[in-house]
Amino acid sequence: MADEATRKAVSEIPLLKTNSGPRDKELWVQRLREEYLSLIKYVENNKAADNDWFRLESNKEGTRWFGKCWYIHELLKYEFDMEFDIPVTYPATAPEVAIPELDGKTAKMYRGGKICLTDHFKPLWARNVPKFGLAHLMALGLGPWLAVEIPDLIAKGIIQHKEQQNS
Amino acid sequence: MLWLWWEWEEWAVSLQKCSPDVALLLLFDYDKVELANMNRLFFQPHQAGLSKVEAAEHTLRSINPDVPFESHNYNITTMDNFTHFMNRISHGGLEEGKPVDLVLSCVDNFEARMAINTACNELGQVWMESGVSENAVSGHIQLIIPGETACFACAPPLVVAANIDEKTLKRDGVCAASLPTTMGVVAGLLVQNVLKFLLGFGTVSYYLGYNAMQDFFPSMAMKANPQCDDRHCRRQQDEYKKKEVERPKQEVVQEEEEVVHEDNEWGIELVSEVSEAELQDASGPVPDLPEGITVAYTIPEKDGASGETVEETDQSLEELMAQMRKM
Repeated sequence: MADEATRKAVSEIPLLKTNSGPRDKELWVQRLREEYLSLIKYVENNKAADNDWFRLESNKEGTRWFGKCWYIHELLKYEFDMEFDIPVTYPATAPEVAIPELDGKTAKMYRGGKICLTDHFKPLWARNVPKFGLAHLMALGLGPWLAVEIPDLIAKGIIQHKEQQNS
Repeated sequence: MLWLWWEWEEWAVSLQKCSPDVALLLLFDYDKVELANMNRLFFQPHQAGLSKVEAAEHTLRSINPDVPFESHNYNITTMDNFTHFMNRISHGGLEEGKPVDLVLSCVDNFEARMAINTACNELGQVWMESGVSENAVSGHIQLIIPGETACFACAPPLVVAANIDEKTLKRDGVCAASLPTTMGVVAGLLVQNVLKFLLGFGTVSYYLGYNAMQDFFPSMAMKANPQCDDRHCRRQQDEYKKKEVERPKQEVVQEEEEVVHEDNEWGIELVSEVSEAELQDASGPVPDLPEGITVAYTIPEKDGASGETVEETDQSLEELMAQMRKM
């Protein structure tokens, strides 16, 4: 797993109970409720720790999710849009989070802006199906990716803060 | 015959050449031809920008104009497309309305394989899965008969052991390597297995690995896991057992591979990011596999992460969505 801070944050995210995917009709609605409960708690925890770093919402069916994530580097806040689909095999397979505006800017990304996670993520997710949900995907997948990639992209001048772009 | 590929078209070329036996091909892919593909695929630079299925159809037609094609340029793992995909497997056969004879998976990621596995388990569709490792020096083919053999979800992903120091291969910041030669070998093995399966000659391999560094070809057969996470796999297993009971007994000569139990040392690294305690927690039983094959990771028998679960609540989904939006 990642560093101490991530481990602690993850341990405070409520685990999910229902093992169902988007094809499971009623049970999927139950799973979605659990996803939202877990996400809400995680965001509340983040706000309390002064580290509110993302927002997510979904379409009515809960199959398409979109939102924003933020990364603070040297006192500047960088914002990115993100999106993902729930694959038919969820939760056995985790969704692929995409940040379309960074597509092509880093080697740690597949086409379409899908972030490339470390070797640790997939086995970790597999061991915790179905207890891990979208909040865990954020904490263990997107969070660490941003922490590694964004400073690197900034240092290379590949991304600039919006204020700097307008001036 | 139904094909999915996101990376390797050698399969396609070999099969086209054997065409008297292949009457119809359905192709599924959601990628575009790029210059990066030119080291190994049968596309040409002037096709860059076209969808792979479109470009493939053009090229394959020129090799053999007698085989009809149906191609679909979409991602099969999304809800919208998956239903259509399942429909084509079950109704897109030589005679419209009948299922295809065989599905070949030549994709390059776990998620797509799981989606194909889900579809084939539900439909009882025989399929062959193939792959090449990220370091490009090993590969495998696998025949999956739902209910009879292990499905893709019955065990964690299998890995053909490379017997080399990973550090000599892995470079920081690079995701994957690609060797057209390894892919060519695996493509040949796959098509060979397909021909044996469809035409009924030789011994069809259930699992055949290829270790390019030592030229070692481990092979084995893995039985279905009665505790597989996929309920359709379990259902197919029940149906298979019923059919077996009703079948007249046959003398079957089977060569049993000598099973060598693997040492479970795979988690140890020079500088480990994972603590000893976590490693212990993360380790589960390693299935009995012959020499040269191991699993990518294990699932512990006890329940993984422990902690608080989501609270019980009467809030409806709509109320929760609204609550999230207000945050």
